[in-house]
Amino acid sequence: MDILVVHLFNALLYASVLFLIAGGLSLIYGVMRIVNLAHGNLFAIGAFATASAVGQWFAGSTSGWLFLLLPVGAILAALIGAALEPTLLRPLYKRPEEYQLLVTFGLLMILEDVMRFVWGPYPISASVLFEKLGSMHVGEFIYPRYNLVVIAVGGLAALFLWAFIYRTKFGVVLRATSQDMRRASALGINVNLVYVEAFTIGCFMAGLAGAVVVPSQSAVLGMGVDALILAFIVVVIGGLGSLEGALVGALIVGVIREIGITVFPEIELAVLYLIAAGVLFIRPAGLFGRTA
Amino acid sequence: MSGLSPSPEMAPPSASSAPAAFQRRSPVKVALWSIPITVVLIAVPWVVDEYQTILLAYGLAMAIAVLGFNLLLGYTGLLSFGHSAFFGVGAYAVAFMVKYLHVQSMELFLLAAIVGSGVVTVVFGYVCVRYTRIFFSILALALSQVLWSLAYKFFWVTGGTDGLRVPTPKLLGVGPAEGEDKIHFLTHRYYYYVLVVFVICVAVMWLVVHSPFGKALQAIRDNETRAQFIGIRIRAYRFMAFLISGIFTGIAGALWVPLNGLTTPDILNWQFSGEIVFMAVLGGFRNFTGPIVGAVVFNYLKTYAVGFTVYWQALLGIVLVVLVFVLPTGIVGTTKLLWARTRRRTSR
Repeated sequence: MDILVVHLFNALLYASVLFLIAGGLSLIYGVMRIVNLAHGNLFAIGAFATASAVGQWFAGSTSGWLFLLLPVGAILAALIGAALEPTLLRPLYKRPEEYQLLVTFGLLMILEDVMRFVWGPYPISASVLFEKLGSMHVGEFIYPRYNLVVIAVGGLAALFLWAFIYRTKFGVVLRATSQDMRRASALGINVNLVYVEAFTIGCFMAGLAGAVVVPSQSAVLGMGVDALILAFIVVVIGGLGSLEGALVGALIVGVIREIGITVFPEIELAVLYLIAAGVLFIRPAGLFGRTA
Repeated sequence: MSGLSPSPEMAPPSASSAPAAFQRRSPVKVALWSIPITVVLIAVPWVVDEYQTILLAYGLAMAIAVLGFNLLLGYTGLLSFGHSAFFGVGAYAVAFMVKYLHVQSMELFLLAAIVGSGVVTVVFGYVCVRYTRIFFSILALALSQVLWSLAYKFFWVTGGTDGLRVPTPKLLGVGPAEGEDKIHFLTHRYYYYVLVVFVICVAVMWLVVHSPFGKALQAIRDNETRAQFIGIRIRAYRFMAFLISGIFTGIAGALWVPLNGLTTPDILNWQFSGEIVFMAVLGGFRNFTGPIVGAVVFNYLKTYAVGFTVYWQALLGIVLVVLVFVLPTGIVGTTKLLWARTRRRTSR
């Protein structure tokens, strides 16, 4: 029985990180119809920034104040996003999709090396935060408390995002732009501004995911690309452009992965891809997607 | 932009970059271009050093893959982010033949690659061609990643990240001569083998895209609804294009693997698909010759970028971004444009 609780926690942990990444990806696609292949790199940048803030600038410190450094990665990713959208992506909205994919693919390659340049080729960890919270007992098992923090962050992010999009004026503007950009523009909405904001929020979420992940695992080069592919699976299952879909997709992937790791470790990844392909096959727009 | 209305970018009215320009070209004119280039390619091992010849052999093998890929992107309007799957299947088919059947004949390798990539494309194509645009791209990507994860995890079959070794094959039943070193074999006999297969593939692809079938694909690309109205069975045609495309890429994988001597899961990963897309865009995917030029140039570009800096990936990324913004028609498209411009100026 207790082992089930541990498995459940693990699935939720995984799901909340995935939701943060895939939710950002989906938000960006929903508003500006761009699949950002460099999204995983923003997740990695968030991880590296927080890791270097905690593990390098304040190396040796064990103060509880270090938790305040967690948002550093998210903020850096958001700033980078705010700079990228107007410069690289805006000229592309009117061009065919293949060019958008190509530019974000180029961006992926560039950002990967920028990280190598800034933070070096070696992994950086911020495990002091992970150790600080210690662990707790789940029946006869020991479980790290920090993981519960990550689950809480994922849950809170989902809640805030929902409130933000469905309960604020900006949310209304965002949804209007997403549904019909031209009409929203004709009604006096500054679409360019909405795009920058949506892209920044999306990048902030990816950066936050990186920041909360990094105390329990090191920031390594290549983590962004791996994360991107998993986020793809999530949004394909849930539906590109749908935040509810990203949440449900993340939960499905989290649970399947947890089962997969214990029951069929060799084909765990293949099963995830096959599920994604199966969903696309039956419902091309995903479980919650709008049929375009 | 609804999926039904033809977007102006998808069907450029400028005939200078559209494949339709080839239609007016007489066979004599085609021969005028292609024969000197073939002669140059034949002369290469005698003129340049071994290293350059091997690089060119890599480039020619990749050119077959990109040529196949471009039947989908340039002629059918489908951007596949999963072509690494077919390349990888071609390469792994060869490696499995070596490891489990102890075959050495290159002809059997090619046959295995054609059968293997054919089977995989039939399955993938059946699923993928139901969709277009971004869904097609992502579905192809997801399916190719299935193969990657299998190659990665089933290490007792595929060698995992260590990959599988592929020794020098026998060409038409004849292996390397007694005492002939591998480099000499690869830069002479194997190079010519690759060249012959390359020329055959180019010729076949030329016939395909200039056949009524190829014209139908272009009609589907330019306007799906009208193509349907004139009686083209869209899905069947897309499926055929997908099949031909995948088999070409599979052949390229089989030719590539003896050059490399090793096959690893990297060539199944979606980033390798990204490189194939890169090559097509670099050369210009609106042209028949674009993918060939793109594959050869990319191969040099990557090799020298890797030798030049550890940040070669960023360098390639910058090239890609600049390409999209400044030269969206690629090397061949831009050259043609400049050529047409100078001719107009001189004729005035």
